[in-house]
Amino acid sequence: MKRDIIEIRWHGRGGQGAITAAKIVAKATFETGFPGVVMVPTFGTERRGAPVFTSLKLSRERIYDLSPIEYPDIIVVLDHLLLEEGDIIKGLKPGGLIVVNTPRPPQAYSFNGMVVAAADVTHLANKAGLPQGVVNTGIIGAFAKASNLSDMDTLTRVIEEEFRGRKPKENAGSAIETYEHTVIGGLQ
Amino acid sequence: MQIIESGNVAAALGVKLSRAQVIAAYPITPQTPLTEKLSEIIEAGDMTAEYIPVESEHSALAICIAASSAGARSFTATSANGLLYMHEQLHWASGARLPIVMCVVNRGVGAPWTVWNDHQDSMSQRDTGWIQIYANDHQQIIDSVIKAFALAEEVMIPVMVCYDGYLLSHTYMPFDIPEATLTDSFLPPYRPAYCLDPDEPANLNTVTLSDVRTDINGVKAHGYMEIRHLLQQDMLASMDAIERVDSRFKNIFGRGGSPFIESYRSDDARFIAVGIGSLSYHLRDVVDDLRDEGISVGVMSMQLYRPFPYQAVAKALKDCQGVIVFEKALSYGYQGPVCSDIKSALYHYVGPEGSRPFVLNYILGLGGREILTKDLYEGLKLSCTTKPSSPDKPRWIGLKL
Amino acid sequence: MKDDYCRKTSHSKSGPGDAGKTGSWRILRPVIDPAVCIPAKRGTPSCYMCWLYCPDGVISRGIPPEIDYEYCKGCGICAEECPTKAIRMVEESSFIKEDT
Repeated sequence: MKRDIIEIRWHGRGGQGAITAAKIVAKATFETGFPGVVMVPTFGTERRGAPVFTSLKLSRERIYDLSPIEYPDIIVVLDHLLLEEGDIIKGLKPGGLIVVNTPRPPQAYSFNGMVVAAADVTHLANKAGLPQGVVNTGIIGAFAKASNLSDMDTLTRVIEEEFRGRKPKENAGSAIETYEHTVIGGLQ
Repeated sequence: MQIIESGNVAAALGVKLSRAQVIAAYPITPQTPLTEKLSEIIEAGDMTAEYIPVESEHSALAICIAASSAGARSFTATSANGLLYMHEQLHWASGARLPIVMCVVNRGVGAPWTVWNDHQDSMSQRDTGWIQIYANDHQQIIDSVIKAFALAEEVMIPVMVCYDGYLLSHTYMPFDIPEATLTDSFLPPYRPAYCLDPDEPANLNTVTLSDVRTDINGVKAHGYMEIRHLLQQDMLASMDAIERVDSRFKNIFGRGGSPFIESYRSDDARFIAVGIGSLSYHLRDVVDDLRDEGISVGVMSMQLYRPFPYQAVAKALKDCQGVIVFEKALSYGYQGPVCSDIKSALYHYVGPEGSRPFVLNYILGLGGREILTKDLYEGLKLSCTTKPSSPDKPRWIGLKL
Repeated sequence: MKDDYCRKTSHSKSGPGDAGKTGSWRILRPVIDPAVCIPAKRGTPSCYMCWLYCPDGVISRGIPPEIDYEYCKGCGICAEECPTKAIRMVEESSFIKEDT
């Protein structure tokens, strides 16, 4: 019922790292002006490969409501095939933003009245030196470009902290690479 | 230092800062990440403690009982059926007056099996002689764990720090990690008045006669009932200790000040909603909306459930018109336990017109049933605007029969 | 502090007299044979399994060990545990006959 919360729903597959991606964005946005940050993962048993989502809420004030997001402002999709599998854009507000990891251009998608930000994160992450299929840091770059909710300096620093000892430079590089190659379209 | 982490990590960091010496736990959802984090911290050498893996929750608490009897600061954690499996040992720990601290990551109990949140697990252990503290957010989790050790060791009664499974255990939010130098001064090493001593063998809690008796030194020794009476007396007296510990913590860390209940927009409220844990914060949003509509309503959260802070509860509620208790637990065949306890606390307070506030009970969120803001809003609004009928029967929110 | 705490729990020392003069409960009396008892035979403090196992702490670590019959309940654990079978359980009534 509060109107001043930015609600972002992250969709991925179990093991793909959607929660880690949302956590990194939570940490960065907390530092850059959102003292109210809450990230609520899917509750229950997680299975590798099965669709999962996590809710990230950002606010200038403290957030008390921990219920999952019903009407997101932004939807982030770590695997474009999820768009075909279920109604994952359910509840997205009119004019809302869909950030998607896809080999296709944004024009290939038609979501009535929504903005689509597309990047081939799978390819770009690989190019940045990450193993095939590691897309959760790359998608942060696409999210940053399309949403303007945090700056890349903060995001890449938080990525490097989070991935200390686990290819921090490559993970940050993947986000930068994706940031530069994200194409924003849609809004028909 | 502010960090963004899960509630389970907040609890683990609290245990680390408390310098627990023996940790014995059996993993159970949604407690698992807490004990995993502790074993990681110990394995990495960031904490000096014995981490004892066990084959059951019963053994976990048995080990804490033994370790605490030997004078070690002991910690365990569990959820749901794991807590129920400890039941016998819970009574033992409190009867033996051991200052064990346990996190209960609240989850519904089977059957049918569930892994999701409600409060049936810890509520059903209300009468085991443990102090029960409930946290509403991650800051309260980490702070309560540290305070719990100080409290337990002052009153020699074990303490449960309860927090919502998933809703708090698995969500991420910012919280402050207290400075270790400050927590060390707040909570010095545990120096028990008595602990097991090989040079001075003794029998502890063996068969204790119904009546008092003369011991081998010719001194009158307590019977079972005297020992139980002292537990009750000390449990009630622990409310003073809880206030002292809380204010000492506040002086150092600047947080706290409401160890019994936490009130929100309640000073002038005609109606007060009552909740425990994250639900009480969720209700704040609803109260804000209802206030915008001109309905005079506030929220009270129960921070402490045992000992029951009956005076603070009565003081906060006796002058309002209606109390609406939202509960995630049920005493089957009657109503929610918190509702009954609140009514009991209000019994002696009769208003000028011979009236007391009405007390209504809502049952919701059992086994993780999603609690929708609009359902809370409608339930609370209805209770504030219409005369209640059959108030002793709890109403259910979110039921889809 | 320590005594205060101990009195909040059921805390006791093992020793004779916790349940009064329990010697009257006895039906069988343990009698030590010094010819077989290890410390008695060796003349050195040794063995003392009877002392260790006595649940009422009524056996001394002397040479030979002595049993306090004011408190011994006659449970027979000492006789059971004695490695050399030096302790015999004797009908209490036979002593009464002797005494009268």
